[in-house]
Amino acid sequence: MRSIWRTLDPGLARDIGLVCLADGVVGVSYGAISVGGGLPLWVPVLLSVVVFAGASQFLFVGIVAAGGSPIAAMIAGLLVNSRHLAFGLALSDVIGRGWRRWPGSHVMTDENVAFAMGQDELEQRRAAYWAGGIGIFVCWNLGVVVGGLAGSVITDTDVFGLDAAFPAVLLALVLPALRDRSTRTAALVGVVVALAATPFLPAGLPVLLALAGLLFYRAGKPALEEVVR
Amino acid sequence: MNNTAVLLIGIGVLAVGTFSMRFAGPALRSRVEVPERAQQVLAAAAIVLLAALVATSALTDGHGPAGVARPAGVLVGGVLAWRKAPFVLVVVAAAATAAGLRLLGVP
Repeated sequence: MRSIWRTLDPGLARDIGLVCLADGVVGVSYGAISVGGGLPLWVPVLLSVVVFAGASQFLFVGIVAAGGSPIAAMIAGLLVNSRHLAFGLALSDVIGRGWRRWPGSHVMTDENVAFAMGQDELEQRRAAYWAGGIGIFVCWNLGVVVGGLAGSVITDTDVFGLDAAFPAVLLALVLPALRDRSTRTAALVGVVVALAATPFLPAGLPVLLALAGLLFYRAGKPALEEVVR
Repeated sequence: MNNTAVLLIGIGVLAVGTFSMRFAGPALRSRVEVPERAQQVLAAAAIVLLAALVATSALTDGHGPAGVARPAGVLVGGVLAWRKAPFVLVVVAAAATAAGLRLLGVP
């Protein structure tokens, strides 16, 4: 575990720290919104620890606080989180083997997946994934508790523009991968499909349908170093 | 069955289901050797999903459009990222643009 901190370049550590901080602020708003919506504090806190997936948590408490069924909220949450299946398949060697797979899988978020995809070497990918995952887990959960206890301090993070910051974070991290022409074509088709489907389908499904873009993806010839490995 | 029990079941199944989806890849990989080509496709799949996430979270809110401030903020961040600006600047500029526009009354 110590090697993660040694591998992590200071610039990357700072970038990850910034995202952790932003996630913490969103956590505060999630805690405050949940409690403000009439839910007991343990609901947002338990969700944050055992589910640990922001979008699905907002969706879950939103449905339940509005008087919806927790079962419907659960199905909606699972749908939104289904993309993690693809992330886990893509990053399995980054997450690791043995006991590490358990905590490593649990701390998976869009942000640390994107940070990992943005690195070149396996060691750096691992360091970015784990540092991001652990950092976001700590900041997010602390934020949720603070927000739940403090109530209406921050309920609307849109005022700070954080709703624009998160797509920008992911965009900045995936841009290098989009230099590959085949990946770019697949991503563009996927984006069009997802946007076209958004007005008609429940949350989570449009993003999943973007995988149709892979029909336009052609895997390149394996690079020499990959063959040697 | 009371409300708290149903709530706990909902949270519990969501937690187990989410973890299972995250764990499937690492669990599978320690049993099966995945060919090089398949690994490339899986990596591309992750990028496609992240790109779709960027587009839907930047441009849409629920089932409708997201207004002006948020897409504008993401656009500013995206251009800066494309021009290879430092990551911190990308994030802060995206947030500041959206927040500033809202301060001016732009939705």
